[in-house]
Amino acid sequence: MTVPALAISNLAKSFDRPVINNLGLTVRAGEFYALLGPNGAGKTTILRMVAGLLQPDAGDIAIFGIDVRSHPLAAKQIVAWVSDEPMVYDRLTPLEYLEFVAGLWQIDAHTAEAKSHELLDWLGLAPHANDLCGSFSKGTLQKVALAGALVHDPRLIILDEPLTGLDAGSARQVKDVLLQKVRQGVTVIMTTHILEVAERMAERIGVIAHGRLIAEGTLAELRARVGRETSLEEIFLDLVAAEPAAA
Amino acid sequence: MSTAPASIAWFARHELNLAWREWLAMMSGGRRTRGMVLLAVLAVVAALLHLLAYGLVAPWVADGITPDKPTLVLLTGGGLLFWSVMLSQALESVTRVYYARSDLDLILSSPASSRRLFAVRTGAVALSTVLLSCLLASPLINMLALLDGPHWLAAYGVLTSVGALSAAIAVAITIVLFRLVGPKRTRLIAQIVAAIVGAGFVIGIQAAAILYYGSYSRFTLLQSAEIVAATPDQQSLLWLPARAAMGAPLALLAVTIIGFGALLLTVAVTASSYGRHAISATGLSHVRTQRRPSSRRFRSASQRHVLRLKEWRLLQRDPWLLSQTLMQILYLLPPALMLWINYGNSAGAFVVVVPVLVMASGQLAGGLAWLAISGEDAHDLVVTAPVSPRSVLIAKIEAVLVIIAAVLAPLLVLIALSSVQMAAITAICAALSAGSATAIQLWFRVVARRSMFRRRQVASRAATLSEAFASIMWAGTGALWAAGSWLALAPALAAVLVLLLARLISPRRR
Repeated sequence: MTVPALAISNLAKSFDRPVINNLGLTVRAGEFYALLGPNGAGKTTILRMVAGLLQPDAGDIAIFGIDVRSHPLAAKQIVAWVSDEPMVYDRLTPLEYLEFVAGLWQIDAHTAEAKSHELLDWLGLAPHANDLCGSFSKGTLQKVALAGALVHDPRLIILDEPLTGLDAGSARQVKDVLLQKVRQGVTVIMTTHILEVAERMAERIGVIAHGRLIAEGTLAELRARVGRETSLEEIFLDLVAAEPAAA
Repeated sequence: MSTAPASIAWFARHELNLAWREWLAMMSGGRRTRGMVLLAVLAVVAALLHLLAYGLVAPWVADGITPDKPTLVLLTGGGLLFWSVMLSQALESVTRVYYARSDLDLILSSPASSRRLFAVRTGAVALSTVLLSCLLASPLINMLALLDGPHWLAAYGVLTSVGALSAAIAVAITIVLFRLVGPKRTRLIAQIVAAIVGAGFVIGIQAAAILYYGSYSRFTLLQSAEIVAATPDQQSLLWLPARAAMGAPLALLAVTIIGFGALLLTVAVTASSYGRHAISATGLSHVRTQRRPSSRRFRSASQRHVLRLKEWRLLQRDPWLLSQTLMQILYLLPPALMLWINYGNSAGAFVVVVPVLVMASGQLAGGLAWLAISGEDAHDLVVTAPVSPRSVLIAKIEAVLVIIAAVLAPLLVLIALSSVQMAAITAICAALSAGSATAIQLWFRVVARRSMFRRRQVASRAATLSEAFASIMWAGTGALWAAGSWLALAPALAAVLVLLLARLISPRRR
């Protein structure tokens, strides 16, 4: 049996109230997994714990069999995190930014440089390679951040609402890049409020409400669960409405 | 009281309301109890400042204050020091009137008059400038009024008029910059001018005092017989503000007319262009800042070096941050000058120079450490990278300390040429001061954008106070050590206690 890209078991996290309750989730290697849920359901909290940005109160997280809590650096080496707010420095150019990211992941300079130019070309950023990022639009910044996420060839890419605020062209480019990465065997986990995106791109969909995974499966499996041939939007609303709030 | 929508009074009420709430939130952190504590602290500070002012003013009053030339020179010189700070603050504030976005887009896209908004915001700049100056000068004025007579209360009128004049000059400079260098460079140049005006006059007088009198005091120069003799006679208009401050009614009237006349005239002349300039400033975010295509190849480096390089590059490329941070270096010029002047017989000078350098190191390190440790614009990226948090922190601390070392090194060499022992004392105390400031920033670190640099002191007053106290104590240690006194151990112990206290009250790291 192949090792899953992500295996979460009994995960729990509380802030002023419990946010994640005894969550279990498995994402297979090489799949495109969409994590859906209403605002405040706990999607971002889950992904931030996976990326090492938050410490869980309880439970286990393993990335390709590497325990995130006991071997955080080894896990981070194969993961990329992209949030809705592009993590880019205003006063660096895209090339300098990629050199910095490659340095953090200790990618050999020659490989990193070639990869950076390839990514900038691929994402249509080559003409802006020497512009300071501070003057870019949100869409361009998000593409720079995505290039940063890809420069170290991660095996798992985690994206939290990466399409927020992007125009149609930029959103299309980001989606194409992600699909191509999945075809190359990379695992992608993405949260989104744009359900059409999840419907068209994801192989499997997980629905989170009140910190619990309330449904999971392919679109066909989710349709079967609600018992009607309908859109993901309808399925999502039915599932969330049926889920009682946590005590 | 209701006012017509979009009238000057309506805008003024809106601005006042926002300013009051922001100030309240900033000072109290939204907690009522904190507000009460703050009031109590302010009362104690005010009482202490008045006590200090009493000590300064009482001997002068006892000697009898007459409007003779030395008094006019002293008052005018002291007033100019204040005015340089007022003008500097007004310049900073006026820049924000043009560049801060917040509600500007909403108002400029509404049918309300941008001229009225400009008039109100320029008035607000004058008011905030006056309030700050009153805050600084009130203990002196109050004590003079109490001990020498209520005619000194006229000084408040002078401060208000000079505040209005400062706002007018600041607006005029900003408009001239807009026309000469365009909206892209105006902000930066105005901020640099503000910084230089703020520090320049103080430093200039200090430098002159050192060059001519070998003293570190600004007032030595102002009280010297040569300066008094060289200045115009008593009837000169130059002394008008000083006479007004001493309660001469006609002089006060003239100063008021000049100050407020200049403000009204500037607003009337420049208000029509406000909307245009503010809109041109809006478009800046869409202007591409292209760097020369670099032929430099990627270089392999350790993770720590990559992080250090990033910190230095970001600082070097942000002229505003650079000017704000390295402003501290300007204050190092007088001690450097003093060292140079006293070269060879500088034993006494060290007692003055060492603490200044130690203090400046602490302040510089505090600012830089905040930028490096808290002001991380790509926090998530650094945290999700396969680098241990410890390595990240060490790299950032190294980046800060290297800058401090580079700034201090020439001065240490200069000191070492006179006395290796004094250079060692300075280096040790400066390292302790910089290390303390960095440690405090580390203990109180928060996740923030670098653009929040200006408000970092508001975010944690405990950190700011600890940093200042620690720097002062290490400076005291340096001074006493340089003087060869065992008493140096006392401030050193106090600095350690400040650090322990800071560690104790710092938020728990998760």
